[in-house]
Amino acid sequence: MAAVANGSKPLLSVKGLTASAGDLDILKGIDLEVFPGEVHAIMGPNGSGKSTLANVLAGRPDYTVTSGEVLFEGQDLLKLEPEIRARMGLFLAFQYPLELPGVRAWQFLKAGVDARRVHHGEEEMSAREFDQMLKAKVEQVQIDPDLVKRAVNEGFSGGEKKRNEILQMAVLEPKLALLDETDSGLDIDALRIVADGVNLLRSPENAVVLVTHYQRILDYITPNHVHVLFDGRIVRSGGPELAHELEKKGYDWIKESVDAGV
Amino acid sequence: MTSATVKFAQYFADFQSLSQGPGAGDPAWLKDLRDNAWAKFNETGFPTARRGNERWKYTNVGPIAKADFSFPERIASANGLKSLAPSYKIDGPVVYDLVYVDGHYSAELSSPANGANRITADSMASITPENCSGLESQIGRYAPYDDDAFAALNTAFLHDGAYINIPDGRAEPVVVRLSYITAGCAAPKVTHPRTLIVAGKNTDVTVVESYVGPKDSEYFTNAVTEFSLADGARIDHYRLLLEGEKAFHVGTSRVKQGKDSSFNSASFALGTALARNDLQVLLDGPGAYCSLNGLYLTADNQHIDNLISIDHAQPHCTSRLNYKGILDGRSRAVFGGEVMVRRDAQKSDAEQTDKNLILSKLAEVDSKPSLLIFADDVKCNHGATAGHIDADTLFYLRSRGLDLDAASRMLVHAFASEIIDKVRPEPLRDYLDDLFSAAIPDKSLPVAGVR
Repeated sequence: MAAVANGSKPLLSVKGLTASAGDLDILKGIDLEVFPGEVHAIMGPNGSGKSTLANVLAGRPDYTVTSGEVLFEGQDLLKLEPEIRARMGLFLAFQYPLELPGVRAWQFLKAGVDARRVHHGEEEMSAREFDQMLKAKVEQVQIDPDLVKRAVNEGFSGGEKKRNEILQMAVLEPKLALLDETDSGLDIDALRIVADGVNLLRSPENAVVLVTHYQRILDYITPNHVHVLFDGRIVRSGGPELAHELEKKGYDWIKESVDAGV
Repeated sequence: MTSATVKFAQYFADFQSLSQGPGAGDPAWLKDLRDNAWAKFNETGFPTARRGNERWKYTNVGPIAKADFSFPERIASANGLKSLAPSYKIDGPVVYDLVYVDGHYSAELSSPANGANRITADSMASITPENCSGLESQIGRYAPYDDDAFAALNTAFLHDGAYINIPDGRAEPVVVRLSYITAGCAAPKVTHPRTLIVAGKNTDVTVVESYVGPKDSEYFTNAVTEFSLADGARIDHYRLLLEGEKAFHVGTSRVKQGKDSSFNSASFALGTALARNDLQVLLDGPGAYCSLNGLYLTADNQHIDNLISIDHAQPHCTSRLNYKGILDGRSRAVFGGEVMVRRDAQKSDAEQTDKNLILSKLAEVDSKPSLLIFADDVKCNHGATAGHIDADTLFYLRSRGLDLDAASRMLVHAFASEIIDKVRPEPLRDYLDDLFSAAIPDKSLPVAGVR
């Protein structure tokens, strides 16, 4: 950890990544480097491939990587099963978190924590230790403690599901968190809670990639880098000001400038 | 006896041994009942899947009909056999245990009630004319044998079955555990467990019926259970089918419910080469409620057939039917659900579902929920599903670090837990949870929705 904490080596390095779903090419050559301590925002219109990018990185089997390379802490990520990626410290907050009737949040989260610990040669956490940790995290991310007693996401509102993703992220303490449109569909209070959760977890050692359609959440989470994805390629990269420019000019501006070859 | 040709030599020999041996001293009405039931069975024989026989359309009882089962003699000492019965503890102010070994009531393993607090929970053979409290008038009333070969065969061997009678107004909960144990043996055995449970007005009874037997022996359990719920009575019923892997089991359960009574049943099935769970509930008083739940897990070449019918005979009754199956190997499940709402049964509320999780490409399910509605002001729906584990859900679990096997197990367990969580006594719930968790196969499973 200490070796990468100075930011000299990228946590995530994506080179020339192309991917398809069935016959459809979605990612057409993505290059991206994320260093520890950074927050990257990936913005783009619907259908640009930004959710696909997050899901391909997490290893969703629905997509086929056709070329390119992804290194996570120097390791070839694309060869690894999704659970191995998770145990190494990658986390995907789902755009549409699934309901798991019959699976208690406690059981679900502990299984994830233990899988990661065993992967790193540590012992499983005792029930008592896990209880205390979970309680602290529940307070930290300001989630209703009753939600943790219920089955995972079952009957949760959209906002509760998103907040539950943030809780899972807090519990699993990833090195790299990929947030797939976690802000969409949230009212301003829920958005603030989600943003607070992300800010709380920011540290010099970990990084966040925030996939979003709207600039709104960037009022609460200040990114180091903003990338605009269009038709499977990153067509603009810049600082936080790029997000404001997008907000003002809209995605048509990107489309026009791409079409014009600028 | 009639002079009809005897077609079932071994059953007949056993029937005669009972009549002339242990059953010789039984009251005349019981002897008559047995004789008539035998004559009926001998006349009709076992059911076949012939055209038009909808009740046996998907289940072939040929293996039962062809095998040479004999009714075993009482074993000398049942000591040590109680460990075969399910090992959960159950708490309650009043718990009665009735244990049967090889079809014979075991006084040494049982703790019956006979007249204390006017409660009866005892072997029918111990019932005297003084304390019979309606046995004669009720036995066979809810499970008639005229049109049911297995019930007829069971009735032909009626002698020391379990009789539970809770008098009207006994409000304190009563727990009765019934354990039907088949002991290991070389020759194929048959037993005919018989249970009659009469819950008086406003009583509260929990009944746990367990059927267990040896893993490697071939045997046949032919059980009949009758329930009568008077007005306002509540029965929580758990049926644990934990027979051996070479066992055949035909269970016939008949329930009659009075006004505002409540019958909450959960049936659990594991093992068993061929199992039939035939449950009929008659909602015979306004405001009666039944909740019939089931969970079955099958593997290898096992076959399970659940045939559940609910008869809404009176207005303002509610029924909930929810069965779930987990199928592995080349196993096969049959589900027949039939909810009938009679013409005068207005304001009936009925829901039925059968959901199956298929763990293997070779497993198969035939699910036929049906509604027959003759009233016009009712709320009824039904549904059946069969499918693999969902690929997106599996990915969600894997993205949190669970490997394919652990994620699959967690989802199969979650599927089962909906039914297990309905078990009210906590020790029994934990026992069943452990049992089913251990039975979930350790392997990667086929998934649905893979693109």
